[in-house]
This record gives sequence, structure tokens and C-alpha cells, in this order.
Amino acid sequence: MRILKKSAITFMVFLLAAVPLFAENITIKGSTTVLPIAQATAEEFMNSNPKIDISVQGGGSGVGIAALLDSTTDIADASRPIKDKELDIAVGRGIEPKAHVVAMDGIAVAVHPANSIEALTKQQVKDIYTGKISNWSQLGGPAGKIVVISRDTSSGTYEAFNSLALGGARVRPDALLEASNQAVATVVAKTPGAIGYLGLGFVSDAVKAVIIDGIQCSKETVLSAEYPYSRPLFMYTNGAPKGAVKSYLEFVTSSAGQYIAEKQGYVGLQ
Amino acid sequence: MKYKKELFYRLIFNILAFASLFFLIGITIILFKEGLPIFKQLPFFKFVTGEYWYPTYDPPDFGILPLILGSIWVTLGALFICVPLGVGSALFLNELATNRQRSILKPLIEILAGIPSIVYGFFGMVIVAPFLQKIFNLPVGLTAFTGSLILGIMATPTVCSIAEDALSFVPKTFREASYAVGANRWQTLTKVVIPAGGSGISTAIILGMSRAIGETMTVLMVCGGAAVIPSSIFQPVRTLTATIAAEMGEAVMGDSHYHALFAIGLVLFMITLVFNIIAEIISRRFRIKLGLGR
Repeated sequence: MRILKKSAITFMVFLLAAVPLFAENITIKGSTTVLPIAQATAEEFMNSNPKIDISVQGGGSGVGIAALLDSTTDIADASRPIKDKELDIAVGRGIEPKAHVVAMDGIAVAVHPANSIEALTKQQVKDIYTGKISNWSQLGGPAGKIVVISRDTSSGTYEAFNSLALGGARVRPDALLEASNQAVATVVAKTPGAIGYLGLGFVSDAVKAVIIDGIQCSKETVLSAEYPYSRPLFMYTNGAPKGAVKSYLEFVTSSAGQYIAEKQGYVGLQ
Repeated sequence: MKYKKELFYRLIFNILAFASLFFLIGITIILFKEGLPIFKQLPFFKFVTGEYWYPTYDPPDFGILPLILGSIWVTLGALFICVPLGVGSALFLNELATNRQRSILKPLIEILAGIPSIVYGFFGMVIVAPFLQKIFNLPVGLTAFTGSLILGIMATPTVCSIAEDALSFVPKTFREASYAVGANRWQTLTKVVIPAGGSGISTAIILGMSRAIGETMTVLMVCGGAAVIPSSIFQPVRTLTATIAAEMGEAVMGDSHYHALFAIGLVLFMITLVFNIIAEIISRRFRIKLGLGR
């Protein structure tokens, strides 16, 4: 019996020790595209503000916004604007989602480095993805089946690509599905006949980004919105941010925060 | 005092034992509650026979036939690998292996079961798929065959350990009787041990099948994920599980897409439930046949 009491006391001491006194907690949840920015800025922010504790989770834009609507997160990361259906729910629950643009993202169209294709038009990209073009020879390359790689139909990158590049048309049903930007990069790098789309931040030397309508996907062209497949990235809060959340968001959009976003492969706003 | 204590522990373990029942009921209720609303929008028959899966378009298409066939395709392929490997190694472990070999092999096979599925998936995506693409000269290495190969290896420990249990339940007297009438080792194995342990081995195979059809991460990573009705094993396919895993994270809560994903879960639940019931029936028959009772 005594042992039981002793261990109960030790357990409670541990519990207390785990909750630092006077700490403010911020939860961030949502898009895996915004995740690297949130993680890196949160780390830096916590270094200079040791009393504020930030926990960052992925899950996807839908998960983040759902959590904001359930009031289980302070900030929702999203790689797309909030949908009308979600806004309806928010209104019903008395929540006012407020958008903050934290960086720009460019969606690069990538092929295997050994592919001789250097440039495509928007129309050609659309034809490849909707099934009108199926062989590289139709584009002036060597004969070979085009292995079309897409994302899961509900990811933020997919939605952005679908509206920016395909104008809402259906992706061919035989397109491969990969569940993350990184997976797309890996498969394109390993498959000579592949074409895929992914965030500019995930383009490395292992894949070749194609020039679209004469414009190379780069930081400058994304920021100036010259590059056709560029989009803003959001953090949503409930109403105007207050307290720790406000100072964190100010940090993210400051030049120091934007520098961190650039280091993660995104395009800073300044 | 002692009596009270005993009662207390009894209660605790009772609760623990019934907890799994509670979880099962909870999961079933949620699956039905969240899955059934989609059938107000389109009939069940159209849901399982529809050929196109475009959940986020307007108007959406919720046809899961390609996904069902993809799951079956990959699972059948996996069976061709895990049954010979699993049953074969169970026979070897139980009948031929020396004690030393057994003591090394058995833990090794169990380690195979302990490797996280994402590790298998990564291995398949980065090493196996490019390799298969090269040797079969395919446009892409992420195919149903790649998935089957890796799922087969993943299901092998399940099949092996259950089949091995079944074989070890075959009473020693059966073997002794067989040797006594002059049968050799091979005859004893094929005419006595395997038939006697047969239903146990079938249970092992069916549970291996459940394991393969329910596997998610690996198939998401290595099967390619094209939602088309498969016509060859060297073609990318998408399974039921991979669809749920890839899309649930971003589905809008309460949307018809969300309900459709739950309905896929429901279909999957039914399939594995049928497998498990069959396995249970067979294994009961097996216990009765060997006079182990119940």
C-alpha cells in the first residue's frame, strides 16, 4: 500500500513538471505544404520566446480547417482558400476564419532529368493530364508511354494544380496517385517516362522542372505571378489574432520569418 | 480482505476483456453512421459497380469497382507468394528443422512481422519498383505485381506462425500410428499431417488474406494508385485502403466525399468480416475433428 502511495506521488510530481508554469500554448494544424514553414518558424520563435509553446501538426488543409472549426487549433495551415461549405459550418458555429498569406508556392511540372523535353505549353500539360496526349513522341520526344503522376484528389496541391493547370477538367483515370510531394519527386526521379507536379520547394537536381509557356518556374516568376501555376499559402485564425498567436504571425510575415520560408524552398513575400 | 481484493481484480480484468467488444461496437456504429448517408445519394449497387472514382468534382462520381478489383487483384497476387512461403516454412519448422534451426528461424520470421509497413513501402518504392521496371521493361515500376510481391512477404509471418500452430496441434499419436503401419516421412507428411492440420492451414491462409487486403501504407506507396479496372498485373492499381488513407486527410467533414470514404471502409469491413467468419468456422471444425473440443 505504501509503495502505491509513493508511486502515486512521484507520478503527480512528473505530471506537474511536464506543464511549465505560465506557458502559453499555440497549436498549429493543417496543410503538409505549409508544414515546413510552420515548423521552422515555430522553432525559431520559441527560441526567442521561451514562455510560448507551439505544437505543429500536419494532416492536410481540410484537417486544419476542420480543427479550426472545432476550436481544437489556434492556427489552421491551408494551401487553398477556405471552401464555401466550410464557411457555412463556421458561420453556424460562430467562428470567423481570417486568412493570413504567409508565403507563395509555385507548382512545378517535373520530368525525369534524362527526358529531352525542356518546355511545354499550358495546353500540352492539360492534354497530358486529361488523356489527349499519351506518348512522348506526340510532343517531339522519343517514343514512349507518358507515365502521368498525380496527387490524391483531395490534397491542396492537387486542387491548386487542377484549377490552375486543368481548369477543373478531370484527370485521366489511369494517372498514378502519390500521397505527398516527396513521393512524386521520388517516383519522377526513378521513372524515365514520368511527368509529375509538385511544390517548387520539392524540386531538386533529381528531377527536371519544365518551362511552361516560356516561363521557368522560379522564385521571381512565382512572386510576380508570371509563372502560371503559382498560389498563395495561408494560415487561418479565428477572428483577428490576439496575444501569442498575433506575435507569432507577425514573426512569420516579418523579414526573418520570410527568410526561413525561403530556406524551406518557398517564395517569400518580400 | 483477501476476498474483496480478488473481487476487485476480477472486475478490472472483466472490464479489460470487454473493452475490445466496446471498441468493436463503437467502430461499427461510427462506420455505419458515417458511411450510410452516401447511399441516400446513390444506390449501393451503383456505388460498388461504378467504374469512375472522381469524388471531388462537380458532379462527383463515386464508383469503387476499380478499387475493389484493385484490392482483390493485389491480394490474390500476394496469396501466390505468402502461401507457398508461409506454409512451406511452417512445414519445415514443424517437421524437418533441427532444434537449432528452429530456434534461429522462428524469431527471424517473427521479426519480419514486426517491421513497420511504411518501411516495406519505402523499400518497395525506392528499390523494388525501379528494379522491376528495368527487368520487365515497364513504363513504371509501381504496379499491382510490385504490391503483391511486398504484401506477400509481409503476410508470410502471419501465415507461417498460424500454420505452424495448426501443425503442432496434430497429435503425436497420428504420426506414430502412421510410422507404425510402415509409412515413410513423406507419406506421413502428405497423407496424415497435412490433412489433419488442413483446416488450420486454411485458417492461416484466410487470415493472411485479411492481412493483405487490409494493408494500407505499403499499397499506397508501391501500387501506383491508378483508379482503373486492372487488365494486367504489371499495371498500376489503386486499392480500397489506399484510397481512404490518401483522401481522408483532406476530405471536408460531413461532405459526400467524406461519407463515401466511410462507405469504402464499410465495404472493407464486410470483406474482412466474411474472411474472419470463414476462418473461425474452419478452425472450429478442425478442433472438433481432432477431438480437441471447444
